[in-house]
Amino acid sequence: MEPILEVKNLNSYYTEGHSLFGGRGRRRQILKDVNFDIYQGEIVGLVGESGSGKSTLAKTILGLNKDFDGDIVHHSEKPQMVFQDPFSSLNPAHTIGWILEEPLRIQGKLNASERREAVISMLEHVGLGAEYASRRPWELSGGQRQRIAIATAVITRPKFIIADEPVSALDVTIQAQILQLLLEMKKKFDLSCLFISHDLNVVYQICNRVLVMRNGVIVEQNTVDELYNNPQHPYTKQLLAAAE
Amino acid sequence: MKKSRNLFLYIGGAITIIMTAMIVLGYFWTPYSPTEMNGSAKFQPPSLAHLLGTDNFGRDIFSRVIEGAGTTFFIAVCVVFIGCVVGIVIGSLCGYYGGLPDLILTRVCDSITAFPSFLLALVIVSVAGSGTYNIILALGILFIPSFARIVRGEFARCRDLNYIKSAKLMGAGGFRIMFKHILPNTFPVLFSAITIGFNNAVLSEASMSFLGIGIQPPDASLGSMLSDSQNYLRSAPWYAIGTGLVIALLILGFSLLGEGLQREDRRG
Repeated sequence: MEPILEVKNLNSYYTEGHSLFGGRGRRRQILKDVNFDIYQGEIVGLVGESGSGKSTLAKTILGLNKDFDGDIVHHSEKPQMVFQDPFSSLNPAHTIGWILEEPLRIQGKLNASERREAVISMLEHVGLGAEYASRRPWELSGGQRQRIAIATAVITRPKFIIADEPVSALDVTIQAQILQLLLEMKKKFDLSCLFISHDLNVVYQICNRVLVMRNGVIVEQNTVDELYNNPQHPYTKQLLAAAE
Repeated sequence: MKKSRNLFLYIGGAITIIMTAMIVLGYFWTPYSPTEMNGSAKFQPPSLAHLLGTDNFGRDIFSRVIEGAGTTFFIAVCVVFIGCVVGIVIGSLCGYYGGLPDLILTRVCDSITAFPSFLLALVIVSVAGSGTYNIILALGILFIPSFARIVRGEFARCRDLNYIKSAKLMGAGGFRIMFKHILPNTFPVLFSAITIGFNNAVLSEASMSFLGIGIQPPDASLGSMLSDSQNYLRSAPWYAIGTGLVIALLILGFSLLGEGLQREDRRG
């Protein structure tokens, strides 16, 4: 299998605060010697408690956090992200149609009428109708917004996306629907995905492999079945016990 | 829930439309020539022939008020336009990129605000000379900081939100993010700033002309007319009342309209 992302010896840092004259604040190391690969067509779970560095890892992989050393090798173009909070991930100043069309406009491959067609068919893919194109984000529920966020992330057909706690802000019934949608999208568009979550039950439903992160270190990585049936690291056992 | 009528919007809109219609009409036609003097008709009280009476030279006050409101309106629109456009450019660059340039420009804006605005306008006008365009320039510069600060604040609030991160991941450039993604989010706040700014511009022009450093005779502006009228407060009170009423209506209309539109926006 071809890797779509290779991360080698990754260390990442975060600088707290700036002084008045641009001096730098305290620099803290968030990620410590992180190594893993993601292969094509895989959904890899990244679990760990809040503050363990999961989101920092996502940001670093996507280039939103520039302060790192080590190697991040992408074998895909323009990976996209689905954020946890569906309320701040859609621009309130625009219509759903505009939001969905924007990645295509930036990409610049399709003309206006092709873009519009792509938007409508994507709206239908994610289970909302063409009539949603003219709605505004605030008219939508959390689940509907998350559908749009996923649609926006995959409309340019990236091969790799990162989903940062995409269902943890949603009701349990809606969670299942969104997870189902992610799986459908994965099949339809041949996606690979890094799926960040603190909820092992959710990870169990959707992922092929799991990385367990604690204090910026990946303490264990294995296939889902192995990890659940035969956890090695005490922290993994602790997480599994808590998820019972 | 039944929507209550938005009275602010209706009343403000009505006043603004009537005032604007009169001003536009005034550019083409006034009942009398605003500068025509009539020695036999000085200080006539309001009548059907002269709706707001006549002044010390026998000029028709209603015609002069329409012309003066036109001048004031033109100046206010230009001033707000300069302040708004330059303010948006400075504010968006500062708010989005931050860093040292932001620090310097914010301090420059702060120091402009720290001076009494009138003093600064006086300096500019005394260096550049009086006249409509110099007043526009002077007031325009004074109005930049307030717009820049508002826009900067909104940009700083928006730049770390998820939808901006998404746009970056899509590969959108800095200018596209600033002007297509963030700027539309500042419109509700910017809009109320424009209505307030417009009112302040009307008042500033009126006060400058009132002090004699604004529009020069024989051209009429609301401020210069108010300044003239104070000499005849006892003998011809309609002169001051008519002029003052027009200033008040102009500002009231715009304030109510701004407030009404904001309420309309808030209930979606």
